[in-house]
Amino acid sequence: MPRTNEHLITALISMNRTAAHDIIRQHYNGKNTFLLIEQLVVPALETIGDLWTEGIVALSQVYMSSRIIEELIDELLPPGDPGRIGQPKMAIAVLEDYHLLGKRIVWSILRAGGYELLDYGRVTVAETLEKIVADKIEILLISTLMLPSALRIKDLKSEMERQNLKTRLIVGGAPFRFDEMLWRDVNADATANNAADSLKVLNGIVEELT
Amino acid sequence: MTVDTMTPMQRVLMTLSHKEADRVPFFLFPTMHGARELKLSIKEYFSTAEYVSEGQLRLREKYHHDCLSSFYYGPAEIESWGGEVIFREDGPPNSGRPFIQSTSDIERLPVPDITEVPALKRVIKTTEMLKKEVGNEVPIIGVVMSPFSLPVMQMGFDKYIELIVDHERYFWQLMEINQKFCINWANAQLSAGATAICYFDPVSSPTIIPKETYLKTGFKIAKDTISQIQGPTAIHLASGISLSIAGELAETGAVGVGVSVEENLADLKAAFKNKLTVIGNLNGIEMRRWTKAETEENVKQAIRLAGPDGGFILSDNHGEIPWQVPDETLVNISKAVFKYGYYPINEPDPKK
Repeated sequence: MPRTNEHLITALISMNRTAAHDIIRQHYNGKNTFLLIEQLVVPALETIGDLWTEGIVALSQVYMSSRIIEELIDELLPPGDPGRIGQPKMAIAVLEDYHLLGKRIVWSILRAGGYELLDYGRVTVAETLEKIVADKIEILLISTLMLPSALRIKDLKSEMERQNLKTRLIVGGAPFRFDEMLWRDVNADATANNAADSLKVLNGIVEELT
Repeated sequence: MTVDTMTPMQRVLMTLSHKEADRVPFFLFPTMHGARELKLSIKEYFSTAEYVSEGQLRLREKYHHDCLSSFYYGPAEIESWGGEVIFREDGPPNSGRPFIQSTSDIERLPVPDITEVPALKRVIKTTEMLKKEVGNEVPIIGVVMSPFSLPVMQMGFDKYIELIVDHERYFWQLMEINQKFCINWANAQLSAGATAICYFDPVSSPTIIPKETYLKTGFKIAKDTISQIQGPTAIHLASGISLSIAGELAETGAVGVGVSVEENLADLKAAFKNKLTVIGNLNGIEMRRWTKAETEENVKQAIRLAGPDGGFILSDNHGEIPWQVPDETLVNISKAVFKYGYYPINEPDPKK
């Protein structure tokens, strides 16, 4: 559906909620949610993410696109619906950082991609450890804006290793974009260049684990 | 020529007039490093004007950069509305829970009296102390958050984007309040002795909002606000890109622009040539792990790309050096400026 994809991208970039919802509803037949996610939603969000990385669209457009799509997918595939991808267990967090926009966008995009994940909000290293053990989390996504918060991921990882926790860490946010070596420095398992890229990275890890 | 023949003020003024001074000026903004210098925690350091003034002067003695800064931390402005500031040991303080929780809160929001806010009073006192110390020899840079970017701390980034997109009336109401505050705050710093104002406006960058939105919002607000600031103003986009709005930035009345490492410095220099002085664009995040050789190379490259014909001040890309950048790296930046920064700078590399 290349033409439909184009229309959806245009509707999302111009933050036209009605047009975006209409495009998806036109192709919805009551049981093809995952096909729509795979063929329409994910490619559109990935293209918008790439356009942001290239400096062609702005973060506000990425944010609004993710919200618009999340709202619609929540209608078609409500939270808790057994059709959502809930395994392996995953969560998203902001580690000792007070900037929540990045996490909000990634959360929306992953949910728009059909994933079910826990939102830990803003947490410390100790709280994160407690939560991932209690919830048996296999994949943890961490969003950061500030460099000190990004560096704290290394402490988290050391503690995870000490406790023999195998949770995979996917990290992202401004510090990782400005320093391509940083995700390795903090011993993360993967990084994503932008919010939509996190969906791609997550898909890869999920495939590996299942 | 390998020695300074101008004062930092003369050098910066000549650079701002798009002429070659004795050498390329460099602005370091090690906002928090003064705490390390005085062996204090970041929170203690920012608790009195005397500490920050002493810290700034000691750092300039060490790095020989061409400015002083009276900037403390972004959320200081948030304290004016009773907002919470959260300190940490290894980085700049953050603003806490946004105090605008719903659009209707905007209707009740006052324009704070800046003379009543302890954090702002400390900044003013620091500015006065620095001015007393350096007179007209070294420029003192004051900082304001732009009316357009301040709401990120006032209400949270996600809610603010939604305000811009969906609630035009409340958006302009908030801008009116913030603009009055910003102009008062900038002019108070200038009266206290600041030479110029850095107008921090990351939300105006095409990294954050599309150009068409910027033209209707951030651009108009910047133009109107800067016209009422009674001194030279530079716009800083705090790592955000700027090339696609270069023409508009030049029309705001600013004299300089802080540019991103995500864009090519030669392209930036060409886009702003004879219009705005380019300030940037060393990568502050990578800087924490630069070797001496990498530091020298990065400084040399930046100077060679943007130094010729003036209109360029070497600085970092964000307007603040992260706490994690070692003092030694800042010394190495300084040494490289004194090695490669003297005009004329386009001479062939002697090593090649």
